[in-house]
Order: sequence, then structure tokens, then C-alpha cells
Amino acid sequence: MIWTSLSDFLDMGGYGFYVWGSYLVFLICIAGEIILVSNRKRTLLKHLSLIHQSTKQEKRNETSS
Amino acid sequence: MFLWIIQRDLLLAMRRRADVLTTLFFFIIVVSLFPLGVGPEMNMLRIMAPGVVWVAALLASMLSLGRMFSGDHLDGTLEQMLISPQSLSLLVLGKALAHWLVTGVPLVLMAPVLGIQYDLPADALLVLTASLLLGTPVLSLIGAIGAALTLGLRGGGVLVSLLVLPLYIPILIFGAGAVEASTAGLGAGAHMSLLGAFLLASLVLAPWTAAVSLRISME
Amino acid sequence: MAINWFKYSSPASFYFLAGKMIPFFSIAAVILCLAGLYIGFFVAPTDFQQGEAYRIIFIHVPAAWMSMFLYVVMAMWSGIGLAFNTRLSSMVATAIAPTGAMFTFLALWTGALWGKPMWGTWWVWDARLTSELILLFLYIGFMSLQAAIDDPRRADKAGAMIALVGVVNVPIIYFSVKWWNTLHQGASVSLTQSPKMATTMLTGMLIMSLACWMYAIAMVLIRTRAVILERERHTAWVGELQGAA
Repeated sequence: MIWTSLSDFLDMGGYGFYVWGSYLVFLICIAGEIILVSNRKRTLLKHLSLIHQSTKQEKRNETSS
Repeated sequence: MFLWIIQRDLLLAMRRRADVLTTLFFFIIVVSLFPLGVGPEMNMLRIMAPGVVWVAALLASMLSLGRMFSGDHLDGTLEQMLISPQSLSLLVLGKALAHWLVTGVPLVLMAPVLGIQYDLPADALLVLTASLLLGTPVLSLIGAIGAALTLGLRGGGVLVSLLVLPLYIPILIFGAGAVEASTAGLGAGAHMSLLGAFLLASLVLAPWTAAVSLRISME
Repeated sequence: MAINWFKYSSPASFYFLAGKMIPFFSIAAVILCLAGLYIGFFVAPTDFQQGEAYRIIFIHVPAAWMSMFLYVVMAMWSGIGLAFNTRLSSMVATAIAPTGAMFTFLALWTGALWGKPMWGTWWVWDARLTSELILLFLYIGFMSLQAAIDDPRRADKAGAMIALVGVVNVPIIYFSVKWWNTLHQGASVSLTQSPKMATTMLTGMLIMSLACWMYAIAMVLIRTRAVILERERHTAWVGELQGAA
């Protein structure tokens, strides 16, 4: 085992700021991308289902009248 | 037809002389602003001069790229050109050359005067002018691709700079490098031949690419 | 094996195929990432030259590789889309760009954070760093051009042109900057002599690269599905999709 304690692990031999700074931003970017893409998909699906419902409604109105 | 395009574009440019002068004055003002920003020490200015003049030339020649096709696009001439039996690449080459004659050549002629502002020695002035003479046509040719792609888009002016400036980097490096090499006593030959190579390559490739881009934009 | 590959070049069938493939690539990315990080932080020994700071390599090198690789892949799909007029390949190219730009940014960011403790500076005008920066500009140019064009077909083709012009120019830019840099031997930081790497370090790095690869594929598939839905929203099959859901 390389690390004797958690603080030793976080310190990274004095380079903690640089190492964790890199990994943190990496994590933020990937999490951000995943959130953005899933948001885009969710709004898109919502939008599509609205369109679908309205066309269904129209069709129903046409047949009933 | 090729000469006719150049002639026509030059005539149009002469009718609207203010546009040509605007580009030239933009170039002069940008170059003149640098000493005011970084201080008047001649030794530093002499080192910076090639880079400053070249960057200003890139920006100035980019400034008028939007007008390369937009006028013809608006009055419908461009559509006529697209359906004409002439090769579109040749027409684009003509337009790029006209753009160079209108914007590039005045810059080349003005550069020695601006070089004097920066206290460049005579041989460096000569190299600067020669490198601009070889490099500015490449700027117009590559710029034609960007102008063709952004034809008729909103915010096209900013977009064209975003697309085209990264592609200008090799020209900037070797153009400014030629002057630096000659002041360092290394001789500008290698830089000049590379600029010449870029010019030949872009003469062959850029009109064709820009013609394809024009067809995409006009569909 | 008589698989009809052309079947999958229709957006509708690709949509369902991608939907089946996304979980596989996502899980692979997570597993590989965990394995790579475990090797990177707990198995790989401390570097005798760089101390612990070298552990940035496990994300820096994969990010840099992916940034370049994704640009080439993007240009390739763009070219295929332009040459064969296939809608799907252009959509994939559009979907690649944001992920590629993100990896380019990450390569620059982690590179700066690695450079500071090692060379004492956040940034040097080295050929590799400068080209990476220009690559970011090219990605941004591609995305802004596509965003500015409303007609999707024109956006696809115009983006393809700029991607192809970019891919021709990247080597030219790289070698110009390299030459320029050797001419200006001012801040001489030699980045070429990399420290000898232990096999565990190399293993960790390769596993992390694979993880990034899987992640990129999953991301591109998800985004392509979104692009397909956007573009095909008026077609019958998307309507049926909604009816079923």
C-alpha cells in the first residue's frame, strides 16, 4: 500500500492541489456533459409527447365531429 | 470570364472607395496602437514589428471577407454565376484575386511606411513587404472558403473570423518569421519558399473548396 | 455473415440499435474507469522524478488522445456524409463535436495543472500545447458554424467542409508551430524526454484511455439519438415511439 492515511492520500506528496484540481475538473466536465445531454433529451421527449398528444386530440376531434 | 470577374469586382470597389480605405485605415490604426499600448522603447518595438504588422494584416484582410460574396448574393449575380457554364472554381479564384487586389495590395504598399514607425532597418522592410506580398493572397484565398461557408448567415462576420483565423496561423508564423530570420542574419529564404509553397497549394485547393462551399450555401 | 449494414444507416433503425448499445458502453466505461483509477492511485508506485504529481497522467494523456482522435473521426464521418449524402453520418459528426471539445479543454486544463509543479509554469508555447489550443478553436468553429445555420442539411455540409479543411490543416499547423518554437529557443522546456514509465503506470493509462473511449462512444450515441429525434420529429416512426411510450 502506498498511502499510510487518508490525509496522506489527499496530500499527494505535496501535489494535492494539482492532482485533485485536475481530477475535480475532469469529474465536473463529465458530469456536466451527462446532465446537459440528459436534459436535452428530456425536454425533447416532453416536447414530442406534447406534439403527439395534440395531433391525437385533433384526430379525435375530426372523427367525432 | 476570369478577367471579366476581376475587372468587374475592381470596378465595383472603385465605385465604393470608402470600403477600401476603411480596411487600409483599420490596418494603420491597429499597427499604430501597439506602441501606445506597450511603450515607446525602440528596441522592443523593433522586435515586435513583424508580428504586429502581420497580425494587423490578418485582421484587416479578414474584415472585408464578408463582402466577397454577399453583394453578389444579394443582387442575384451569384446565382447566375452558379448556373453559368464556366467553372465555378475559376470564378471564385477571380473573386479572391480581386479581393486581394483591393485589400491585400494596399496593405503591402503601406507596410514599409508602418515599418519605419517601428524603426525597422531597410533590408527588414524589404523582407516584410516581400513576405506580405506572398502571404496576403493566401489570406484572401483561405478567406474565400470561410466567406463562402458563412454566406448569408446572421452574425456571419464574427463567425468567419472564428473559422478562418486558426487556418491563418501558418501564414502568420512564416510571414513574421521571415522578417525575424533576416534581422537575425539567418536569411529569409526558407521562410519565403514555404510562403510560396502555401501560395501555390492554396491557389490549387482553395478555389475548389470555396466553390464546393458556395454550392452548399446556395442550395 | 450476411448482416445488412445499410439497414443501420437509416436514422430510425440506428435509433433503436444505439438505444441497445448505450447501456453496454456506459457500463464498460464505468468499470474501466474504476479499474483504471484503482491502478492509478493504489497500484502504480510513486514516480522517483515527479513524485505523486505524475498521477495526472491517467487523465491527461487519455484526454489528449481522445481530443485528437475524435476530431479525425468527426472529419471522417463528415466526409462520408458529404460524399455519400447519408444523413446519419453527418448527425454522428455533429454529435461528436461537443465531446471532442470537452476532451480538448480537459487536456489543456490538466496539462496546465501538471506543468505548473513540473516545469514551474502553467503554459509554454510548445508545439503540442499550441496545437491543442488551436484544435479547441477548430472544434468551436465547427460547432458555431453548425449552430448558426438553421437548415440542417446545409449545417451538415458546411460543417463537413470546415471539419475537412481543419483536418488537412492540423498537421500543417503542428509543424509550423514546431518549427516556430525551435526558432524561438527562449523558454526552453523540453517536453520530449518523458520519464521512463513503470508497466503499472502504462497499464493504468491504457485502461483509462479505454474508459474515455467507451465514455465518448456512449456520449456520442446518446447525443446522436437526441439529434435524430430533433430532426425526425415529424416522421411517423417518432410519432409511434411516443404512442408506445
